[in-house]
Amino acid sequence: MNPTPLKDRAAIVGIGQTEFAKHLEPSEKALACRAIAMALDDAGIAAHEVDAFAAYTMEATDEVEIAKAVGAGDVTFFSRVGFGGGGSCATIGHLAMAIATGQASVGVAWRSRKRGSGPRPWTDTVNQLATPAQWTRPFGLLRPVDEIAVLTRRYMHEYGMTREQLGAVAIACRNRANANPAAIMYERPLTMDDYLSARMISDPLCLFDNCLETDGALAVVMVSAERARDCRGEPVYVHAFGQGLPAQHHGMVNYWNDDPLAGPSWTAAKQLWKHADFGPADVDVAQIYDAFTPLIPLSLEGYGFCGKGEGAAFADDGGLELSGRLPVNTSGGGLSEAYVHGFNLINEGVRQLRGTSTNQVAGASTCLVTAGEAVPTSAVLLRRG
Amino acid sequence: MLKPLVDADGAPYFEYAAKGELRMQTCANCGEVLFPPRPMCPRCQGIEFEWKLMSGRGHVWSFAVPRPPLLPDYAALAPYPVVVVELAEDRRLRLVGNLVAAEGAAIDSVDPATIEIGQPVRAVFQEIEGLFVAAWTPDE
Repeated sequence: MNPTPLKDRAAIVGIGQTEFAKHLEPSEKALACRAIAMALDDAGIAAHEVDAFAAYTMEATDEVEIAKAVGAGDVTFFSRVGFGGGGSCATIGHLAMAIATGQASVGVAWRSRKRGSGPRPWTDTVNQLATPAQWTRPFGLLRPVDEIAVLTRRYMHEYGMTREQLGAVAIACRNRANANPAAIMYERPLTMDDYLSARMISDPLCLFDNCLETDGALAVVMVSAERARDCRGEPVYVHAFGQGLPAQHHGMVNYWNDDPLAGPSWTAAKQLWKHADFGPADVDVAQIYDAFTPLIPLSLEGYGFCGKGEGAAFADDGGLELSGRLPVNTSGGGLSEAYVHGFNLINEGVRQLRGTSTNQVAGASTCLVTAGEAVPTSAVLLRRG
Repeated sequence: MLKPLVDADGAPYFEYAAKGELRMQTCANCGEVLFPPRPMCPRCQGIEFEWKLMSGRGHVWSFAVPRPPLLPDYAALAPYPVVVVELAEDRRLRLVGNLVAAEGAAIDSVDPATIEIGQPVRAVFQEIEGLFVAAWTPDE
């Protein structure tokens, strides 16, 4: 039996996205439909051939309405992945599994969000005290940034990470956005002085440690590797996929684990590399989930690009810049392109392997895309055909 | 302020806290101490529990200092420190709470600049909307 039946069996053949802005007029449903239609057009596949959908559980548009509006055929597979930003890459992984096992032939994954102009989830005081938040939020740890600030300060204490190193993460993402016309922070440079003098949001994290609140939608279209060769869009293969919900994990407030600084990335990474033909040293470019700057050093450690406690130093000397040790978030990421719950990182991964990024890494043939570290997460390793 | 949610697993915590006692859920079968409370012991799958009295002593494991935008009641007190305290009995028992100058003091009564990771703290009890919870105050 083939121990890795998923490897390169499915491919992304179409990507689509709306514009990104603080406020867009159309509804989330309308934005989702537009992104999906663009992705289908990019692939050269007719809507009535779509028979699979995958989305996040936090997606507010549903399969029935989307399938009806875009003109999908009979749908034989649909999947939802939980835990917010941890679900992005799993939508791709679930479609790849459905296609590899014959449950579906044309899959669509999407994310549509009006977080720029809509309410923040943490202001929902009716529904925000579910386990384990009942033990944290009443004391004023109200928002995700507060929960990550606690981990960040501990990481600084244990490993000597400086604010300048977090600033280098923010600036690397901003530099990429400055060259990406689709990015909200296009042509808006960020200096270390800007970073260090910005207002605090949850000390030790400042304004520029936080992602952008954005309206926008994205989608991808996936088919089997065999069919991919005949599609209009250049195929990008799903080489490996992993999800991770570690033993005794507690969500973003993972303070009750033996080592709260070794989060879900570590679990997803083990699964990912177990099924890959290559390792971290062979990754040409990475799109790493960046709702907050510290998630990048934590993820670099989890996915094996450096040792434990070395993630912050990885950003030194331009390590994350285009010519650095590992170019990351080449569209600007959640910090500076748009925060659409990490789905924009998937589309950028595809562009890198097609050679069409606005910050192209020359000859890139492998790309890691990750979902949110600090929550049950997922990751995909993409490979050029 | 947000009122802590009392569910079946955690209810004893609040009953003891109202009496000024910090007690942790403990498996009656294998003795594993659990936090947050849950319906089954992850070590032995036991479903019977006792509530073990803690010393109330611990150390600051980490902390954050939230600033607006926050919910209105919290914004009025910001910046205030929120600490994660490692209990003396077991370093994995880390409770999120407020560091206050003394029992009954407001959550902004300690200057965040004076807090250090590793500093000793002890439990005091504070009321939030009719429920009592452990808060922390600097210990010698």
